Amino acid sequence: MGKKILLENDHVPGIRGYDVYRSKGGYASVEKALKSMTPEAVTEEVKKSGLRGRGGAGFPTGMKWGFLAKPPGVARYLICNADESEPGTFKDRYLMERIPHLLIEGMITSSYALGVKTSYIYIRGEYFYIARILEEAIDEAYKAGWLGTNILGTGYDLDLYVHVGAGAYICGEETALLESLEGKRGNPRIKPPFPAVEGLYGCPTVVNNVETIAAVVSIINQGGAAYAAIGIGKSTGTKLISASGHINKPGVYEIELGVPVEEFIYSDEYCGGIRNGKKLKAVVAGGSSVPILPAGLILKTAAGEPRLMTYESLADGGFATGTMLGSGGFIVMDETTSIVKNLWNFTRFYQHESCGQCSPCREGTLWMEKVLRRIVGGQGALRDIDLLWDVQSNIEGKTICPFGDAAAWPVASAIRHFRKEFEEYVTHPEKISDVKHYYSVNNLPVA
Amino acid sequence: MNAVKEIRFSQESLELIEKMIKRYPEGKHKSALIPVLHIAQAEFDGWLSTEVMDYVAGILKLEPIEVYEVATFYSLFNLEPVGKCVIEVCRTSSCWLMGAEDIIRHLEKKLGISPGGTTADGMFTLKTVECLGSCGTAPVMQVGAAYHENLDLNKVDNLLDKFRSEGNRKCYTDRITPDQK
Repeated sequence: MGKKILLENDHVPGIRGYDVYRSKGGYASVEKALKSMTPEAVTEEVKKSGLRGRGGAGFPTGMKWGFLAKPPGVARYLICNADESEPGTFKDRYLMERIPHLLIEGMITSSYALGVKTSYIYIRGEYFYIARILEEAIDEAYKAGWLGTNILGTGYDLDLYVHVGAGAYICGEETALLESLEGKRGNPRIKPPFPAVEGLYGCPTVVNNVETIAAVVSIINQGGAAYAAIGIGKSTGTKLISASGHINKPGVYEIELGVPVEEFIYSDEYCGGIRNGKKLKAVVAGGSSVPILPAGLILKTAAGEPRLMTYESLADGGFATGTMLGSGGFIVMDETTSIVKNLWNFTRFYQHESCGQCSPCREGTLWMEKVLRRIVGGQGALRDIDLLWDVQSNIEGKTICPFGDAAAWPVASAIRHFRKEFEEYVTHPEKISDVKHYYSVNNLPVA
Repeated sequence: MNAVKEIRFSQESLELIEKMIKRYPEGKHKSALIPVLHIAQAEFDGWLSTEVMDYVAGILKLEPIEVYEVATFYSLFNLEPVGKCVIEVCRTSSCWLMGAEDIIRHLEKKLGISPGGTTADGMFTLKTVECLGSCGTAPVMQVGAAYHENLDLNKVDNLLDKFRSEGNRKCYTDRITPDQK
């Protein structure tokens, strides 16, 4: 049984409410930080913990905090990124729905470390009911004196608000999120300047994922060293994995980083194996943006080593044979899955969600979707596979935000590992069943 | 839909909007635009007409174009009239793997409309949407603020009956979070 930090009290009845949360040691990190630590000492513990951003990029959190500019007399902001929209990812929703106070506690402790007086939780629009849960919890925290002015008599003031978005995957990109929070379209900004220098309203700003902020609570309570002792190498601590697709037990699992992928998929403690007795075909391990891997390469690296659930092991072999931990959105596909249709589904998603600012992404995602639709519709040619490869390679690295890469990688990896399946699609279109159906479902004119 | 109707927020909404604006620093009231558009959509029949957007611009002291460019960017804002009950079915990745297409096909058949369409009686609008963050309980659809998860065709039928029996429901009103402070 792995160690649980974030979900330790997940199943305690009433843990959503303040009283039960407090009775389980809740808000101890705020007390400890505000009464016995300097803001710098809190940041130092986070650095020691080795905590890495849990939204997908995996950037060291302490280092990100260290970059925050602190010009005198200028407001600073901490924004929690709760715009969870990466297909296959639903861990932040789970955490906020069940233990909202853990996020609020983390926000207070982290805001103190950063010298922030106003913080926002930017939550995706579809999660309205969770925004309500958070607002109720924030209200409780104000009443109990953990928010507001002169918190615990220490002279520290903090206001915390929930800000609801309106349906845009791109707003998970931190500069798009800031634009959106300012009441604009979610168009990512050109960097530099980075948010740490010019963020919300032009002020120094840190943007951290829900799970990242929640992890700070344990890091302050137990110490950064204790957190760093969990996991393997530079993959310290625990990670929430959203498991979905063709498995027996979909859901959110907190794992110690380092669990073998094979154990994660087949053990009854986690996914419980492939449903209906089918065989594993492929896995998208870290949300739709990361490269898809066939069964052989997700269970073992190209060198034959067992693949582990860590940032390093999943990336072993680079994109030729590896992938990324990403957001931990773990999508499992059984042997009946059409990789080509799945890719069309992903690509249609990126085409829909591109903000349209950079031409390679706006035009490229459009063309990739069109070409894949043609292939899925039985009208494809062998040259279309090369065309797809060409288009994706002209998006990757050529946009101002990582969305372009995120749209290109699924295409590149699907062709890299499943080229034969694409060829089958274009050489034997008669084998494709129910073509018209796929057109109608996607609201497209029937060919 | 409704004939000429005066566009005016209720007193309750106006108070909520005042509170929303106070969440942001002095002079940064534009930050309240998205929250206010949610309130507007809930109050004015589930969609944002040009007149409604102009009204919101006036309330927030913004140029109308600032409202249009935001309203047209975000998927949750409807720019055309919708039914009393808007069904938003997830069609992405895990939902697709778990049979979202069957759910959509079934809804199309039952309602006699395609995604984007509204039934003649003005009761239902069917929309397909991208990942709702409910992949572990796929397939899923959202109606108002509520998620309906682990769907099968039977469950969908029961939900449709339930929505119909609620007849006069106003879509999206449950999407407005009353500020408690």
